[in-house]
Amino acid sequence: MKRSALVLLVLLAGYWLALSGYLDNPVLLSVGAISVVLVVAMVWRMGIIDTETVPYIHGKSLGYFAWMFVQITKSNIDVVKAVLSPDMEISPKLTKVPLPHSTDLGRVTFANSITLTPGTVSVEMQDDVILVHALLASMTDQKAFADMGERAAWAVSDPMSGKAAPQKDSK
Amino acid sequence: MIAEFLPVAQMLIASVLMLAGVFFVIAGAIGVIRLPDFYTRMHAAGVTDTLGAELIIFGLIVQAGISQTSLKLVFIAFFLFLTSPTATHAVVGAAWQSGLKPKLGKYKAPAPGEAKAKPKTKSKATPPAKSKTKSKRKSPVKTTRTKK
Repeated sequence: MKRSALVLLVLLAGYWLALSGYLDNPVLLSVGAISVVLVVAMVWRMGIIDTETVPYIHGKSLGYFAWMFVQITKSNIDVVKAVLSPDMEISPKLTKVPLPHSTDLGRVTFANSITLTPGTVSVEMQDDVILVHALLASMTDQKAFADMGERAAWAVSDPMSGKAAPQKDSK
Repeated sequence: MIAEFLPVAQMLIASVLMLAGVFFVIAGAIGVIRLPDFYTRMHAAGVTDTLGAELIIFGLIVQAGISQTSLKLVFIAFFLFLTSPTATHAVVGAAWQSGLKPKLGKYKAPAPGEAKAKPKTKSKATPPAKSKTKSKRKSPVKTTRTKK
């Protein structure tokens, strides 16, 4: 908790400096410092400091973002092709995708990743499955979902129901 | 020589990225108009949300160069990346909770002449899919609103 508070302090200070851009105005700098300390003190008093409060971006999540961007580009092109073709042959489908992640962060990351790739939207999260609506039946490949789930779990260090995290290289 | 060429290349890359973004935004808008029901329309809206918006922001980042403005744009791109699927999920989840049933199975755009007639027969032709989704739902909300 102390470490998280410290990380939050540094991050907020950096965020304030980056967004304000005033590095040589002592009045504004001290006001910024006061607000940063005040926010951390309030969060500390509320007792909600944990790994979810502190935005943690590390190499793994950056690698996952890069991989996601490639996937998004691919499925975007699929959707645009389907939509702009004169016949517009689509085959909407509802599927259940297994959700093996054990932490909330892993579950949210996986469901968000499904929604983020156009053509698939997670409609409802149940205990161990996500209901997914897909624009094209070809987009409901269970293997592709499982792969994405493993990568999402890897990016947020989710143990996947006790299983060891799969070793994936960050492309 | 290279120093003279650099701003031109910067503008060129920025314009290409932004034009590609505009293309995806327009394609998404066309999709929202053409697709048959709410759920499929959300997919087209997703195109605008993700690649359309991100490409335009990337173009703006290239145009701004290394500066505070581009740092702010990076933040915008990052937050858009996190919030747009959450918003999409919230809208779709709300539709699902209130009992809107998705059209399932194959769908083909009606030919120009029969634009009025075809969608009606389509929506009547899908009761098996409807009943299937109904059994899957566990929400207690009854589906009375969809008839209107």
